[in-house]
Amino acid sequence: MSAVLLVLLLLPLVGAAVVGAMARREDLDRAAKILGLALSAVSLVLVIVLWAGFRTGPGTPRFQAELSVAWIPAFGTRFALGLDGIALTMIALLAVLVPIVLWFAWAEKLPAGRTGAGFTALMLSTQGVLVGVFAATDVFLFYVLFEAMLIPMYFLIGRFGGPRRQYAAVKFFLYSFLGGLIMLASVIGLFVASDTRLGEGTFDWAALQGMAAQLPLSTQIPLFLGFFAAFAIKAPLVPFHTWLPDAGAEAPIAGGVILLGLLDKVGTFGFLRYNLPLFPAASRELAPLLLTLAVIGVVYGSLLAAVQTDMKRFVAYTSIAHFGFIALGIFAFSSQSIAGSALYMVNHGISTAMLFLVVGLLIRRGGTASMTEYGGVGRVAPLLAGMFLIAGLSTIALPGTNSFISEFLVLLGAFPREPVFSVIATVGIVFAALYMLWVFQRVMTGPLRGSAVVGDGPGAASAAVMTSASDGDADDPSARNLTARFGDLTRGEVAVLTPLVALILVLGFFPGPVLEVLEPAVSATMAEVGVVDPVTPNGVAR
Amino acid sequence: MTGQAFPSVDYGALAPVLIVLGGACVSVLLEALLPLRVRGRTQLGLTLTVVAAALVAVIVRATSGAAPVSTLAGALAVDGPALFLWGTLLALAVPSVLLLADRSVEPGGAFLADPVALGEAEAAEQRVAVGARAGGSSSARSSGGGGRTGRSARGQTPVESQSEIYALVLFALGGMLVFCASDDLLTMFVALEVLSLPLYLLCGLARRRRLMSQESAVKYFLLGAFSSAFFLYGLALLYGYADSVKLSDISLAAAGSLRPDSLLFAGLALLVVGLLFKASVGPFHTWTPDVYQGAPTSVTAFMAACTKVAAFGAILRVFTVAFGSTVWEWRGVLWVVAIASMVIGAVLGLTQTDVKRMIAYSSVAHAGFLLLGAMAITPQGLSATLFYLLAYGFTTVALFGLVSLVRGPDGEATHLSAWAGLGKRAPVVAAAVTFLMLALAGIPLTSGFTAKFAVFAAALADGMAPLVIVALVVSAVAAFFYLRLIVLMYFSEPAADGPTVSVPGPFTTVAITLGVVVTLLLGVVPTAVLGWADGLSFLG
Repeated sequence: MSAVLLVLLLLPLVGAAVVGAMARREDLDRAAKILGLALSAVSLVLVIVLWAGFRTGPGTPRFQAELSVAWIPAFGTRFALGLDGIALTMIALLAVLVPIVLWFAWAEKLPAGRTGAGFTALMLSTQGVLVGVFAATDVFLFYVLFEAMLIPMYFLIGRFGGPRRQYAAVKFFLYSFLGGLIMLASVIGLFVASDTRLGEGTFDWAALQGMAAQLPLSTQIPLFLGFFAAFAIKAPLVPFHTWLPDAGAEAPIAGGVILLGLLDKVGTFGFLRYNLPLFPAASRELAPLLLTLAVIGVVYGSLLAAVQTDMKRFVAYTSIAHFGFIALGIFAFSSQSIAGSALYMVNHGISTAMLFLVVGLLIRRGGTASMTEYGGVGRVAPLLAGMFLIAGLSTIALPGTNSFISEFLVLLGAFPREPVFSVIATVGIVFAALYMLWVFQRVMTGPLRGSAVVGDGPGAASAAVMTSASDGDADDPSARNLTARFGDLTRGEVAVLTPLVALILVLGFFPGPVLEVLEPAVSATMAEVGVVDPVTPNGVAR
Repeated sequence: MTGQAFPSVDYGALAPVLIVLGGACVSVLLEALLPLRVRGRTQLGLTLTVVAAALVAVIVRATSGAAPVSTLAGALAVDGPALFLWGTLLALAVPSVLLLADRSVEPGGAFLADPVALGEAEAAEQRVAVGARAGGSSSARSSGGGGRTGRSARGQTPVESQSEIYALVLFALGGMLVFCASDDLLTMFVALEVLSLPLYLLCGLARRRRLMSQESAVKYFLLGAFSSAFFLYGLALLYGYADSVKLSDISLAAAGSLRPDSLLFAGLALLVVGLLFKASVGPFHTWTPDVYQGAPTSVTAFMAACTKVAAFGAILRVFTVAFGSTVWEWRGVLWVVAIASMVIGAVLGLTQTDVKRMIAYSSVAHAGFLLLGAMAITPQGLSATLFYLLAYGFTTVALFGLVSLVRGPDGEATHLSAWAGLGKRAPVVAAAVTFLMLALAGIPLTSGFTAKFAVFAAALADGMAPLVIVALVVSAVAAFFYLRLIVLMYFSEPAADGPTVSVPGPFTTVAITLGVVVTLLLGVVPTAVLGWADGLSFLG
């Protein structure tokens, strides 16, 4: 199993090098794209093998598929990999999404002078590094990969993004890098503490967990905050979130899916893997503060999502609200809420990927991300509208979709311990329905209107004329029906979205297999934090 | 030091220094005797052989497990750190010399000194006008600069470069070797002068933009002379305090005496100013940007890498051996200096529009980081600083090598705007620059990160948590200007009349490749070097 994990980490990186080398020859562009797609399919197979071999019964070790090789003895760091249930689900999500976005990007129009091979190479290297981030069981290795993952994403945004991509890419990089450096201070602090307490410096996660949990609260709090700063920027909690709408809006669609769906999950994953187990006392002490940030995120993200006119920014703000939910579940400290958050991380990845891809398909047709340029799309593209609706309903956690289970688990688990925060967060669900249905109504329903839907082209001088003209004719859609600029989804585009639709529905009804994989890691985390589930009035532990 | 007998000399231990200084003398002789035609090539061969031989001598000594010795009546201490620093200096000298020797980027080489010596005075005078035009605003003036003349007349056969640069480099290198191994302050002072004077000269020899080059040489010389005076004054005060110039005697005197401390700390302060100046630690950095910008780029590479190594080697030795016992009394002041250096480097680096000046300010910030390691008078601090010096040196040499490739009509195009769109025009050069920039920013999997990690861990373990926080914040600020260059190269469209990127000749290619490969290896598998640096300790 450990060999499979190592291959899963190295294959995309080697592939990225090969594909990157092919990017210099234009005639190899197509071959490079095929190779990238094939490699991502191989990764998917490898993940299925790992999943099949993952044991979940009682008494199984927390980390499986373990691998450990001496790396830099002077720092006591090892190249150590291992998977627990949370890491496995994140890697599985990654392996599902990468082939989908590569397939999606096949037909995407790239900025002048950029090649599909270069794009594929950056995507593959992101995948390889992310596998390492989730699988690392050595804190130093984790930090190294945590920073390394910035670089391919930086180039993805900066080279393939929208008009303000330079600004967005630099902002993304600097925010994350600053957070990472603050975390580095804590990482070094842990190392120094282990040097004095254990006799020799180590970065082994298990050894550090045993050692750091014994540290006095006054030491735990600054170390906790160091890790927290990095993760709160990554999975943006509200005061640290401003980079995400810019990065999300300027990133290419395929890059944005990975950014919102997985890269940001490293933050919530970090809360679960590093903040809680390493600094249990500090976690309990600071939980009210963090819950406040989480709930502010839920409400603020929802409200801002409702007033966006740029569809990509809109998706970014909905993500901020969802990250608030995930953080709420994590810092409410009950097995249901933490399991709910871990599941939420998967489900949010699927829903947001779906939503972002549908938005991408819409932009591919209309040429702009501005909602005001669209209207009545459902008339000309009913399939597209239907897909948008499925993605939207999954995002707002309608029962029967995947997100419902996780959101319900979070609220159910959080309520007994944190009733006030849970109630406020529940308001977020109402806002979610508001923002999603409002957008659907504006873009998909009603008569055909908007320069992106009818007329010659967006942004052109004629577009303004067309808009005013269509305003005047809004009452008479039949008169303008013939001038619709685009048609419905092609068969290939439906095929890209189908796996995601299937996942949304299957996980909506049968979340059991995933929860089963998550459970051991969740209960281990609970034990490490040293909390037990709150007891309900009739004496049943929830 | 009162004995009349000839002091005992451990030739085995001194072999690297003797080889380099001996080679320098031979080089001077060859300069006088050989015909012009073969001089350049012979000198280059000699220099590389000398450096390689000295490097071999260091490696033999380090691997033989010979005990650390103090030789020449206690003037030089050949101990673990000295051997590591010697190895670093000599290893860095190889790519530096290769850059100096390059003829492919600038026909005839980047140097030009005295045309009279070539017997071409008249011809040179005629070409001044052409040279002035080619050199743009920074034209040459034959009347100034003691008969030196710029003759970068394009289209004519370029005059062969000066080959005495090799002798100068070897003398500077010899001075550096002695500087970081000297066990008494007087030897250290002499070594300081031996390493500085050739560098002052080298700075003024640029073929292009001679006025700037000569200005930088004068500036470096004047400020350097000042700092030498500071050093000498400090030395005198310390001699007055301890009645000896030996580092270990100063430490002994400071540990157990009732003498007034004011003499000791005044002496230390002045001494340290001299040393910090050489290491370009802010606020003693003012020469750095001008000299880095004005000097020929290959000289800047040599100076930026090797001088820093030698200066920090000496700082480490002085702090540890002479002032280790009083560390708690003076370290507070150096906290301020380190913070000032980091902040000045990062903040002023943000405002630069010239690549070479930007790297200069970045070196000031890095000097602040290095000072963190040097202030922690612990084994980890020592090994971390030694590792940092090696890592930083190779990154810097390769980076200047790459800077020299981007050229406009009048020499190197170092203005930032000239680098726009380089990623499209010269993907390999741009990729290498990006990698080195990330290394300077301290991104993992580069040597810059490993080095920073080691230094910060040592500083934190020695109770300098606030400084480490400042250093991390400064790293984030500095990342902005490293990123700015990457943004320009990759995300901007190239300007229509942008610079050309020269295809480097074999020498430059080797130098750059060496730097990039070392930067990568020290980031991914630093174990061997860290293992060597670990557990070294100063003699005395």
